[in-house]
Amino acid sequence: MIPSRGNGEGALPARLPLRGVRRSGAGIRTWIGLVPFLLFAIAFMIAPAGSLLVGSFQGPQGGFSLTSFGRLLRPAILRSYLLTIEVSLVTALGGGLFGFLIAVGVTIGGLPRWVRTFLTTFSGVASNFAGVPLAFAFVATLGRVGLVTVLVKFLFGISLYDSGFNLYSFWGLSLTYLYFQLPLMILVMTPALDGMRREWSEACENLGASRRQYWQYVAFPILLPSLLSAVILLFGNAFGAYATAYALTGGLLNLVPILIGAQIRGDVLHDPSLGYALAVGMIVVMTLSILGYNVLQRRAVRWLS
Amino acid sequence: MAFLELHGVVKTFGGTIVVDSFDLDVSQGEFVSLLGGSGCGKTTTLRMIAGFETPSGGTISIDGVDVVAAPPNRRSVGMVFQHYALFPNMTAGQNVGFGLKVARRSAEEIRGRVKEMFRLIGMEGMEGRYPSQLSGGQQQRVALARALAARPRVLLLDEPLSALDAAIRARLREEIRAIQRSLGITTIYVTHDQEEALSMSDRVVVMREGRIAQVGTPLEIYNRPATPFVASFVGSLNVVPAQVVDAEAGTLSVAGQVIAGKLPAEAGRCGEVMISLRPELISISNGHPDFNQLTGTVTNVVFLGPTVRLFLRVGDSDLFLDMFNNPRLSLPALGESITVSFPRDACLTSCREDA
Amino acid sequence: MKKSRWWSWLWMVLGGLYFFLPLAATFLFSLRAKKGVTSFAAYIHVLSDPQFVKTFTFSVEMAALTIVAALALIVPTAVWVHVRFPRVKPLVETIALLPFVIPPIVLVFGLISLYSRPPLPIVSSPVLLIAGYVVLSLPYVFRSVDTGLRAIDLRTLVEAAQSLGSRAPTTLLRVVIPNLRAALLSAAFLTFSIVVGELTLAVMLAWPAFGPYMAQVGRNLAYEPAALSVISFLLTWGSIALMSVLTRGRGIRGTAAGGAH
Repeated sequence: MIPSRGNGEGALPARLPLRGVRRSGAGIRTWIGLVPFLLFAIAFMIAPAGSLLVGSFQGPQGGFSLTSFGRLLRPAILRSYLLTIEVSLVTALGGGLFGFLIAVGVTIGGLPRWVRTFLTTFSGVASNFAGVPLAFAFVATLGRVGLVTVLVKFLFGISLYDSGFNLYSFWGLSLTYLYFQLPLMILVMTPALDGMRREWSEACENLGASRRQYWQYVAFPILLPSLLSAVILLFGNAFGAYATAYALTGGLLNLVPILIGAQIRGDVLHDPSLGYALAVGMIVVMTLSILGYNVLQRRAVRWLS
Repeated sequence: MAFLELHGVVKTFGGTIVVDSFDLDVSQGEFVSLLGGSGCGKTTTLRMIAGFETPSGGTISIDGVDVVAAPPNRRSVGMVFQHYALFPNMTAGQNVGFGLKVARRSAEEIRGRVKEMFRLIGMEGMEGRYPSQLSGGQQQRVALARALAARPRVLLLDEPLSALDAAIRARLREEIRAIQRSLGITTIYVTHDQEEALSMSDRVVVMREGRIAQVGTPLEIYNRPATPFVASFVGSLNVVPAQVVDAEAGTLSVAGQVIAGKLPAEAGRCGEVMISLRPELISISNGHPDFNQLTGTVTNVVFLGPTVRLFLRVGDSDLFLDMFNNPRLSLPALGESITVSFPRDACLTSCREDA
Repeated sequence: MKKSRWWSWLWMVLGGLYFFLPLAATFLFSLRAKKGVTSFAAYIHVLSDPQFVKTFTFSVEMAALTIVAALALIVPTAVWVHVRFPRVKPLVETIALLPFVIPPIVLVFGLISLYSRPPLPIVSSPVLLIAGYVVLSLPYVFRSVDTGLRAIDLRTLVEAAQSLGSRAPTTLLRVVIPNLRAALLSAAFLTFSIVVGELTLAVMLAWPAFGPYMAQVGRNLAYEPAALSVISFLLTWGSIALMSVLTRGRGIRGTAAGGAH
């Protein structure tokens, strides 16, 4: 399929007038091809982010000031950050743990190939199913008249809502978030788990180790960077999520994305600089998250490829 | 009673028989190679001894005790893998000490033993290096040390040198054999490289399609191959068709030229016979009456360094012979007609259908 | 290792239950629109709603335009980087990852703040919405195209084409793109599924898209949201399944993670 140059080399002249291919220097010419892409990135990613950054440093009168960041320290806002961090942490760890267990099953756990293919495709779908439809689905499942709620009442006589469960709460939202966190974990961890060579497990056994010792001394240490990086990715993923929270809880849960959304619409006391500060804060969190992911991934790749 | 015994070992995957009626008795301290091409079942057999595959039939016993029921981590066999399989998250020293750590030995005992092993493989002082910081040859030595550290009863090696360069391979071959001899450990070595098998082993098991084709010392395998397959697998070989002239007298004719050879018992029923000849046993004619002579035209002369290979065309068949490179010798020219000779018992004959 | 097989199945089954129950519940719920009768009334109601048709069509159009814009932007860039300027690859890859650093809610905030006043008051122009969607799909489209290019050994192909006298546009159109068909189609399907269900950008920029329509239905009606959810799921499933079919056995594995937030 790939045309080979092997046979033709003798027939080609010593120096071909190939345009630019062999030139290694990066002159203006080579940068030109990148212009549309760079312009787009600047116009629709960097400049908007920059505009938020600039706005966050502007005081009410227009001069440079840090008052908007000061507002971030208000108890209500801090509580909002705390809540968002909690949701993100819970779903990152929960999604991380269960996603890992499932991913292990279809890779080194030896489940049949068709299970893995099905799981990969489904994970692709599920991780895209976030937002409004997902919220509706969980309402239909665990809402006050949701099917599972009704089923549990019918089969076990327990009323979920009377026992304190509420879909439109922290735990309900976290449970809903898992629907796209789990698949993300599975999709990110399966390549790493593929890199676990069967020989390592066999060498371990050969040297007298039990399965538990294999995991303790070999598998987990090798997988740790990948695991951590995946969990960090999940954290960032949940932190920035807006649509699902909005569709499920309206403005009930004061998550940072919801707050930002409120600022944009001018719902609450219209305080644009607070919005900017919140947005900048979110960019910082996401950047740290992506950086952490990248650094750990590079470490992981070293051992697993 | 032999130290390692395999009797009637069979392995099937799905419907295919991968190893069939494998019988082998290995004495304590013996170095036995399993030699064959890919798919001949040698690695599967090794893995059955290690416990990574369960035989579909037959028994495997070490020191008189049947081990088939024992899981791999209870057999006390050390295995060296083709791609080293060193744990990347541990140093070389930690890798080597792993078997002892798992057996809950004291830290000082582990340290001492690791040091001893590194001295054995000639890599003292490198315990702190990580596998990624070691060359292929070094990694394989560490893998060997790791397998030997816990004093296994049997050492198994699965094509350990095939991932290495030719130069390192030759050197490591000798080192492995030397270490094995000094420790006196019973060893099974799987390889597809006949030079490795012949140079290292006490005995060689040639395998083909799951069965043993021949078991013998390297000399026996090479000089007295039991079947044409074994003959062609080990060393280079000329295979030339011939007509039976007189089955009783043992004369054959190659392209009209008569030679004498040893015919198989059933020669009478074969119309055509195949002659297998080692190239190093053929020489440019010396006129000796007890030797067979063949005349042909030189088609190619290839200089291989220490040896020179001459290609001949005799009638419709091609032959080649190997001779030591001698600067004072003048080599025949292409197209020249020469006569070559070989001893009568140098040719192995078999019926064409049996090849 | 019999034990580990059992353990693997355990988590797979539990995971399967977790994923399957909401889908089953939603479907069953959507059939309950008529009191006491199992019927597709909710679906009929939704599908015959002129707003449904209007917003769905709008989102599909936006998706199509986004796909075209994204591919037109990314394919030449990726090819350029691969062939002419490999050293800039890390920079381009980082830019392609920026959308992860700027979640949709922040992105839309920034777009509004920047483009609602002179010199570029384009906040109410569909161009801004499409640009926003291109940003959302950027990481996935880029990765898909990049993987596709790597799988076909682009440099060699281009050099071969050039040595036969082909000029850049021809090379791109006749050599590169046909070989990238699977990667391009898979990127297209992924983008489609991201755009059609998208809420954040559409609602904040006040467009009559499918996402906001679904949210509104959720506020007003009881069973119709479930029906919409099922329809949306089937659409996403269809897109991803087609994408998987296209990329199977081609050495291209597009990870379709993340998405509509």
